[in-house]
Amino acid sequence: MDFDLTEDQQEIRKAVRELAGTFDDQYWMEKDLAHEFPTEFYEAFAKGGWLGVTMPEQYGGHGMGITEASILLEEVAASGAGMNGASSMHLSIFGMHPVVVHGSDELKARTLPRIVNGDLHVCFGVTEPGAGLDTTKITTFAKRDGDDYVVNGRKVWISKAMESEKILLLTRTTKAEDVEKKTQGMTLFLTDLDRDKVEIRPIKKMGRNAVTSNELYIDNLRIPAEDRVGEEGQGFKYILDGLNPERMLVAAEALGIGRAALRTAVKYGNDREVFGRPIGKNQGIQFPLADSLARLDAAELVLRKATWLYDIGRPCAKEANMAKYLCADAGFEAADRAVQTHGGMGYSEEYNVSRYFRESRLTRIAPLSQEMVLNYLGEHVLGLPRSY
Amino acid sequence: MNIVVCVKHVPDAQSERTFNDSDNTTDREGVDGLLSELDEYAVEEALKLVEASEGEVTVLTVGPAGAADALKKALQMGAHKAVHVTDDAIHGSDAPATSLLLAKAIEKIGTPDVVITGMASTDGTMGVVPAMLAERLNLPMVTYASQLTIDGSAVTARRDGDTASETIEATLPALVSVTDQINEPRYPSFKGIMAAKKKPVETWGLGDLGVDAGQVGLGAAWTKVDSFAKRPPREKGEIVTDEGDGGTKLAEFLASRKFI
Ligand SMILES: Cc1cc2nc3c(=O)[nH]c(=O)nc-3n(C[C@H](O)[C@H](O)[C@H](O)COP(=O)(O)OP(=O)(O)OC[C@H]3O[C@@H](n4cnc5c(N)ncnc54)[C@H](O)[C@@H]3O)c2cc1C
Repeated sequence: MDFDLTEDQQEIRKAVRELAGTFDDQYWMEKDLAHEFPTEFYEAFAKGGWLGVTMPEQYGGHGMGITEASILLEEVAASGAGMNGASSMHLSIFGMHPVVVHGSDELKARTLPRIVNGDLHVCFGVTEPGAGLDTTKITTFAKRDGDDYVVNGRKVWISKAMESEKILLLTRTTKAEDVEKKTQGMTLFLTDLDRDKVEIRPIKKMGRNAVTSNELYIDNLRIPAEDRVGEEGQGFKYILDGLNPERMLVAAEALGIGRAALRTAVKYGNDREVFGRPIGKNQGIQFPLADSLARLDAAELVLRKATWLYDIGRPCAKEANMAKYLCADAGFEAADRAVQTHGGMGYSEEYNVSRYFRESRLTRIAPLSQEMVLNYLGEHVLGLPRSY
Repeated sequence: MNIVVCVKHVPDAQSERTFNDSDNTTDREGVDGLLSELDEYAVEEALKLVEASEGEVTVLTVGPAGAADALKKALQMGAHKAVHVTDDAIHGSDAPATSLLLAKAIEKIGTPDVVITGMASTDGTMGVVPAMLAERLNLPMVTYASQLTIDGSAVTARRDGDTASETIEATLPALVSVTDQINEPRYPSFKGIMAAKKKPVETWGLGDLGVDAGQVGLGAAWTKVDSFAKRPPREKGEIVTDEGDGGTKLAEFLASRKFI
């Protein structure tokens, strides 16, 4: 058994840490409070070639694995950039996987190199007001009309839609009631977010405010057939391929915020004196932080195993789900404890831990809730009856 | 145009730096090392010059095995090849010995059009190696350049002083040391990191340079650290309570320390 990262992986960690480190907590606090996209940060990573970490070399990427991508996103989050930093680039890192695997050569040549160089911002449109975790319930409908499709419907929570030129959009091309299995009849597009046909409204939300999440009102959006990803009716299957790596990347981000929170808490625990001694001297402060370290490290190991399995082509659904579950919990707990360690100051913006707290909370909900992970493990790993 | 950049691997200034108890030399084992930040400016300047014309940048370091990390960083930034001078006998070398080794190595590489160095290392901060090296190589020297242009066979540099800036011209080949004002060093790109793995790194010992062990190392050093003492811990700050007279108290404090 070998727990060492490869030399490349260590180099990636070091270089990302250094680059992300040039954007400090002050930068992120200001972006978050101003609800402003971190353009400078995004461009620094695009310029360095980092957005193409997993993209095949023929499209300008580096063709590396999910392990490398997860290290990248973990370090981004751990720098203090948190989910604001991670979400600014998350979809570029691996979100185009369905396009890479199933898209036409023409579609790929037209879009992927622009994603790698940072020029093309994309968002991912799945969730609808009536379809969250139960994706098959989506009703946004794409009706064939000659060489085009005409799309109508509503999406919700679509992150970065405001900033995006294109959307990877999941639609129905056959209504749920007309298919044999409810996972059939869905079609995926990578297409322009035409502002004349799609109204985009940012949702007021708890945190991660440097990157918007939006409601989309789609009204007769015309999509040329060239923008269809793969075959009609296969969209759900295409997305499914990417779910496990998606979980691992979110796990890595949650882990990263946990690390940032812990680092901040330890510093404050050493610096802040109350009753004539540093508060970190109290076991009531010290033990929760030590406990969080253990939990973050343990969660990281499950994540490492998951990405390793994926990268060597072995089944990894169990580990991917567990990694997301454990990292999200460990990261959130660390952030909560960091707030507690800071006392009243933890509740201010100035010490950043309240920002970490709000952002780490998200990883327990989206893109997959903790409950659905347990549903998966209960049913598919333990062999208990499906509970819903 | 070919450029040699001399770089140093130094203990990370962010970590707890100390000396070895046995011989009072800098402890390079117990702390993380990195490419001296001041040398990043030298690497960046060399890369810019070569990118604007043509040629190669060779990075050169003298140091123990770990110093290869500094070379790697420079290669990741874009330097073309690297030379690592290393030998157990070099341990404890001072500036004259270091400059001797650098000079011999540069002669072996083949004297370039320009040798660029940082303005000082961030550990020793003596800042004398560039001058010694220029002397040994018999090159004109321009130190503390905050701006550099090369035109034909001349190098022009600006030196910023406290009261005036001078512009100095020298003929090539020349040695230039650069300040931290000269540019904004780049971060290694992903491509740069991957490309660096395939770039040539040569490792030379004393024998390769025709230098005798007696000429270098602690034994040959002109200067030695006699003793060292830890900097005393910082004193606690004084808190001035504002009872309506905070401004006066602050002014009195500053006056008592002769700040005003
Ligand atoms: C900040 C943010 C950004 C987002 N970005 C995007 C995006 O870019 N693109 C996109 O498509 N979506 C996005 N989403 C949506 C996200 O993927 C969904 O919110 C998530 O999948 C949960 O779906 P839901 O909100 O509809 O929850 P619901 O499905 O309504 O579930 C509500 C609660 O009930 C629980 N629950 C439901 N069924 C069961 C069951 N059978 N057993 C146990 N518990 C159950 C859930 O775990 C959850 O706690 C984002 C969400 C947020 C908050």
